Amino acid sequence: MDTSLDFTTIQTILENNAARVEDLINSYVDKKEQLISLLQDVQAEFNYIPQDVIVRISQKLDIPLSQVFSVATFFQAFSLKPRGRHTITVCLGTACHIRGGQRLVDKIERDYGIKPGETTEDQRFSLETANCLGCCALGPVMVINGKYESKVTPAKLDKILKKYE
Amino acid sequence: MVEQVKKLLDKRLKNVEELEKLRQTILDNKDASRTTVSVCGGTGCRASGAEAVVEAFAEEIERLELQVKIEFKETGCHGFCERGPVVVIGPKKIFYQHVQPEDVPEIIAETVLQGKVVKRLLYTDPATNEEITCEPDVPFYKRQTRHILGANGQIDPTDIEQYIAVGGYSALSTALFQMTPEKIIKEVTDSGLRGRGGGGFPTGRKWQSCRRAAGETKYVLCNADEGDPGAYQDRSILEGNPHSVIEGMIIGAYAIGSSHGFIYVRNEYPLAVEHARTAIEQAMDYGFLGENILGSGFDFRVTINKGGGAFVCGESSALIASLEGKVGEPKDKYIHMSEKGLWEKPSLLNNVKTWANVPLIINRGADWYAKIGTADSKGTMIFSLVGKINNSGLVEVPMGITLREMIYDIGGGIPNGKKFKAVQTGGPSGGCIPEQFLDTPVDFDELTKLGSMMGSGGMIAMDEDNCMVDVARYFIDFLKGESCGKCVPCREGLAKLSDILNRITHGEGKPEDLDTMEDLGEILSNGALCALGRTAANPVLSTLKYFKDEYLAHINDKKCPAGVCRELIEYSIDPEKCTGCGVCARNCATNAISGEKKEPHTINQDMCIKCGVCYDSCKFNAVIKS
Amino acid sequence: MTKYWISSERSVDITHAEDNNVVHFTVDDKDVAVSAGQTILEAVQRMPGIGTIPALCYHPSVQPYGACRLCTVEVSEDEGKSFRFVAACLYPVKEGIIVKTNTDRIKKLRKGIIELLLARCPDAVVVRELADEYGVEKPRFSLGDQNCILCGLCVRACQEIIGKSAISLVNRGIYKEVAAPFYAYELGDGCIGCGDCVHVCPTGAITMGDDGKPILPRVRIPYAEISAMVSPEELSASQG
Repeated sequence: MDTSLDFTTIQTILENNAARVEDLINSYVDKKEQLISLLQDVQAEFNYIPQDVIVRISQKLDIPLSQVFSVATFFQAFSLKPRGRHTITVCLGTACHIRGGQRLVDKIERDYGIKPGETTEDQRFSLETANCLGCCALGPVMVINGKYESKVTPAKLDKILKKYE
Repeated sequence: MVEQVKKLLDKRLKNVEELEKLRQTILDNKDASRTTVSVCGGTGCRASGAEAVVEAFAEEIERLELQVKIEFKETGCHGFCERGPVVVIGPKKIFYQHVQPEDVPEIIAETVLQGKVVKRLLYTDPATNEEITCEPDVPFYKRQTRHILGANGQIDPTDIEQYIAVGGYSALSTALFQMTPEKIIKEVTDSGLRGRGGGGFPTGRKWQSCRRAAGETKYVLCNADEGDPGAYQDRSILEGNPHSVIEGMIIGAYAIGSSHGFIYVRNEYPLAVEHARTAIEQAMDYGFLGENILGSGFDFRVTINKGGGAFVCGESSALIASLEGKVGEPKDKYIHMSEKGLWEKPSLLNNVKTWANVPLIINRGADWYAKIGTADSKGTMIFSLVGKINNSGLVEVPMGITLREMIYDIGGGIPNGKKFKAVQTGGPSGGCIPEQFLDTPVDFDELTKLGSMMGSGGMIAMDEDNCMVDVARYFIDFLKGESCGKCVPCREGLAKLSDILNRITHGEGKPEDLDTMEDLGEILSNGALCALGRTAANPVLSTLKYFKDEYLAHINDKKCPAGVCRELIEYSIDPEKCTGCGVCARNCATNAISGEKKEPHTINQDMCIKCGVCYDSCKFNAVIKS
Repeated sequence: MTKYWISSERSVDITHAEDNNVVHFTVDDKDVAVSAGQTILEAVQRMPGIGTIPALCYHPSVQPYGACRLCTVEVSEDEGKSFRFVAACLYPVKEGIIVKTNTDRIKKLRKGIIELLLARCPDAVVVRELADEYGVEKPRFSLGDQNCILCGLCVRACQEIIGKSAISLVNRGIYKEVAAPFYAYELGDGCIGCGDCVHVCPTGAITMGDDGKPILPRVRIPYAEISAMVSPEELSASQG
């Protein structure tokens, strides 16, 4: 797990998207127990959870900042650093593992230099692994930008990834 | 005027009579002469391109203006995912597999319009080489008893009226108007239903404690955080027949006296979330949820919460913490959730499959249900039969079927003529069961006796090419990544187990490692806070018990008998078989293969990283793994 | 039968039942009677000479957490037919239970937990003392260099006693750590410098700095870098 935070490339989300952020947070103002749902909305909107949005959530929902931060770092769905333009999720569930899913992860590391949880320097790809996507009969399975690819082999991988700039 | 429009748009059914009238109307409007075309739209088939097939059908039907003749629907998961995209043509239920968009015009022209079968799309039984035409005759389905999953292939999950057409919400009517809460609980208790999420706790007893608990506010929860790698039954049910779950929850809520329910769905199941949301909206529209349901005076509403990507949140106290907006850390449960659960209120938590069983029990009765299964494990169970198996997919069978029947009769055996080695059941909390126990009947207690467990129903077949030490390492690494980190045994213990297993699979194992792992297993079983930690050592302990020779080979001989552990295998090229085609060399990631054209090639062992691409790409079987 | 009456002492105790309920049970084959509404650990700690229960993540001034598992004891709720392992710091005393605090299985479990802790924090004094007491010599695992055992006492103290929640447990699994928001090295205005966290820490992993603010177990990025991105006012306001 990469627990370093890169502050040098932080976009000031609040400055450029103040209205949108307020909208998102406002819909949860009396529902602080739905913190996780709110964070999911933020992740979906900005492709990560910006630090200043975390602060804003803490203020508006009246939740201690440390607790919002704990929740943001506990769950795999949330990223504190911007994710790549395209997220590759390789399934490493048991069935996919049995059919060689790990080799896809290894190949991506060889070809693109990223381990699970990391993003390429040019922000093109982020690699994640999932512990079973629920398509076990079709392993090895990979999802890229929400599109499912089944029975992926290291050879097929090149062809698939080339399509994503 | 606005009032009139509102009244027209108001679909709420005010009582059972209106529901039955609607049901009859829907059935009457069904044109029996229409041919039904069902395309499986479950996530599995979508991964194989089902969406394009659906589009192709929609386009073709519109182009030929066949809407009157064809009832076209996109259904939930049929279960035979390996063969997707799956298309079933009714009323004969002609079964087509691996359907591509290009096949669609032919299917419509031949099968729909002329009743002729397109042979190349039929399923062929690998054992007999026979082509099977109709879905119920496909060996995979023939041996199943699809009480719960059956509807998946018949209804479009985004249309509540299709659920009503197949009898949906009749159990709810019975429960609300012909039974008291106590009678409902008695029915569920007498049926013998046990929790399908892994715990196997008697469901009726859980409902009873919840009903008896003090307090006005009670919650009903559905655990759809299915995280066991290899299991996807809950996903299929939520995607393909969400109303069955909702109906079960409403009945449960009525039985214990709750007015608010939650469905906690894994973040990684977007289609399930979408279909569940649609189902809830439609149920509200039709008056099955909300206030004064069907005129009974009973109120109930359901909210959907998505998980955040944490396997541990399938554990009940972690799930509740997550619902409360906290991190998913489990708590010691010395006071039952039925007394103090969500927000310290009595809470009834059941798994998706458990809820889906409830309408069935109310409709058919506890006596009928209790006749299925074994003495202590009643009803059917839905397994996800995957891995090294010919027919992989979702299998619903009565409890008590043997492992052998599952793997060979339904699963069609091991592909490519390989030898069966073990079946892993119960997910990361379960264990691996070797060949000598294949005649064991599958039920809660029998599997536990063997050192494994039923769990959520995952059943992963493994063959001679799977290394059991690697399997143990895989599960421990998985659990290490999912551990919440609160308690010492799990956080530290799993890290150390992972270190040891990784050393062993890299050829650096020591003889004392076996004892150390047993000790760590004991610390986990006795000391861990929650079920994740307490059962975490099962994969290691069961493989140590039944496959010790493999561990010894890794540790003492530095060999991996199955040829899996990379550090312990070697790839070489058989000069007799090598044709010098050069395919392997071209694919080699490190340029470790050299040779002249048409001359036998060789692999430079120093440069070889054992990725196995050459082994896969050689068409002449000239690459040897040793 | 020896009776031990436990007087109501502190306000952070689990609330006593209104009607002075007495609970009778046995600890290591000795009959005891205590007032209801407390945990096995609390009861045993107040009865000199009865039971042996070590605990690292427990402190009377905050809620119990159940993280270290050292307080594990064996409890039977069915008159001795079956026993299960429970955390004494959380298990409430109940009429008729049989509690064993020093069986061979318990001792082996404690030894195992201490071995794991010693591997993680080989220099922590309190862990070494336990290791001596339970005969744990050298862990069979590679040694770490941490001092923090992740007992969470500092976090709970800041949350429950002071109400500031300046620090929390972040990340998951082996990456879990005590941290200030955004992994800041220094604590800003969210922390009032009361020192409760330093006081409750069993290993001294969290210490008091010269500026009156605690130094967290793991050095992270300087606070200044964070405030460059988020204005200090905003950060303080959110922690106020």
